[in-house]
Amino acid sequence: MNATLSPGREFATGFARDRIALGAFWILCLLLLAAVAAPWLTPQNPYDLAQLDILDAKLAPGAKAATGYTHWLGTDDQGRDMTSAILYGLRISLGVGVLSTVAALGLGLVIGLVSARAGGWIDALIMRIVDLQLSFPAILVALILLALTGQGVDKIIIALIVVQWAYYARTVRGAALVELRREYVDAAVCAGYSGARILFRHVLPNVLPPLIVVATVQVAHAIALEATLSFLGLGMPITSPSLGLLIANGYTHLLSGKYWISFFPGIALLVTIVAINLVGDQLRDVLNPRLK
Amino acid sequence: MLNFTLRRLAQSVATLFVMSLLVFTGVYAIGNPVDILINPQADQAEIAQTIARLGLDRPLWEQYWIFLKGAFSGDLGKSFAASIPAIELIFERMPATLELAFMAMLIAIVLGIPLGLLAGLKPDSWIGRGIMAGSILGFSLPTFWVGLMLIMVFSVQLGWLPTTGRGATVDVFGIPVSFLTWDGIRHLILPATNLALFKLSLLIRLTRAGTREAMLQDYVRYARAKGVPESNVVRVHVLRNILIPIVTVVGLELGSLIAFAVVTETVFAWPGMGKLLIDSINVLDRPVIVAYLLVIVFLFIFINLLVDLLYTALDPRVRLKGAR
Repeated sequence: MNATLSPGREFATGFARDRIALGAFWILCLLLLAAVAAPWLTPQNPYDLAQLDILDAKLAPGAKAATGYTHWLGTDDQGRDMTSAILYGLRISLGVGVLSTVAALGLGLVIGLVSARAGGWIDALIMRIVDLQLSFPAILVALILLALTGQGVDKIIIALIVVQWAYYARTVRGAALVELRREYVDAAVCAGYSGARILFRHVLPNVLPPLIVVATVQVAHAIALEATLSFLGLGMPITSPSLGLLIANGYTHLLSGKYWISFFPGIALLVTIVAINLVGDQLRDVLNPRLK
Repeated sequence: MLNFTLRRLAQSVATLFVMSLLVFTGVYAIGNPVDILINPQADQAEIAQTIARLGLDRPLWEQYWIFLKGAFSGDLGKSFAASIPAIELIFERMPATLELAFMAMLIAIVLGIPLGLLAGLKPDSWIGRGIMAGSILGFSLPTFWVGLMLIMVFSVQLGWLPTTGRGATVDVFGIPVSFLTWDGIRHLILPATNLALFKLSLLIRLTRAGTREAMLQDYVRYARAKGVPESNVVRVHVLRNILIPIVTVVGLELGSLIAFAVVTETVFAWPGMGKLLIDSINVLDRPVIVAYLLVIVFLFIFINLLVDLLYTALDPRVRLKGAR
């Protein structure tokens, strides 16, 4: 599993050395588990209208509903239990974040490898495109794309892929250029392997590990970006409410003092992002041979 | 220097050209331009007239030429909602956005550099660790949520500051500004702080890293050996040396502040061009979207060019490399 030379055990102890990172790792595991198991953990399906009672709307945290169930995090304007809504939202946020990052990583990998291998004008053209895109902030690129294409789950995933691929492509190209000059590549060429085989079977495994670390932190960025876009009303449709959409929904009630509809989804979002960042930072430190 | 400036200028023009092609493709080739540029409430005669005016019945390359001509003469169509030229609407809103962005940058600089310096000088003390923990939080907190929480605490709970709008403005050279009236400042504090938070964290990290590196250099050791007071060592030797990368980052981040203002402006209903963009997207006022796009692209290329030139003027090493 671990592509570096160090065995898994050494990696695990190295990772656990930082208590905060270890704590973040367990919190992240817990969040992932809660998101996956949301339908079994929550008292209600927040999007099944038959289970909602409008009389339970806007209950404060800790208030008891008519059914006798205690809503620990309160309810929203439809009588939706916030705990349930947050777990379902976490599911969508994490899903979109991970999916778009993995897809962008794949796309960036292929483009970066091809660019490094091809060289010449193809390489120059690809890198100019990368430079051009990276000179604009991600949020602006995503905003423009969504403004032109309209909203939807597929469109926001495409937008998140578009804003991320260039970064991977540039990193992979740099790493691949170094690898392509190594002796094992010469050996593979002598053995008569095809260019594509050398690129994807030999070079790819060597440039992948550092990239996976980068991708971990990028998931947090993708989740934050998706939440922001959803808050602006350009992201997820109302039928798949991510954490960002939940926060946006509570925005209108904030001014009347009903803070919990926005506050708790925000805390969930914050904890997720911080946990991923801490785990990513520690991964980078443990896997970085220069710090050993 | 002249050689470098000219080359960099040519590069910017090329980028502008590529971006105009991309915007054109986005609007004319992917989307249906008739839907995008013509008011859905227009009658048949009006539609036919607009198609003829924009040349939508001509071949694609000719349409691009008409689009370019329109963009350069500032004619980007009329806003459906406001019935005035879209570009005018953008320019009307621009001062509010720029004021917000500059104020946020000012807050980030005034707080970020001293805090970063402090954290860099005492990296292991509780204060250094506290500042760094704060900056990690500042990086992780989504801007829009922080904005909501600021409103919740300072406007709803404490009732100290207003939640929305720009407050009273004063005209300076015909441009309305908020920061000269007390009411305007009160309206400006929360959004500017909100927008500044991310850049503040960035500046703290940058200054801290630079300070830690500079403190290990020979010139610092020599200055100390010479008996220079510690405060002078920091001010004259450390701060001066870390200022060049900071100036660059501040310049480059100004563009991203203008982009991120979209979020802050939406949260605080600040009447800038970012809020205009979101409003226009919501009511499908597409000429305004296209106009915003072109203006922001132009602004970005301009800022990048300016920062590059400034950097070259500050650091001769870059100039030598560029001239080769």
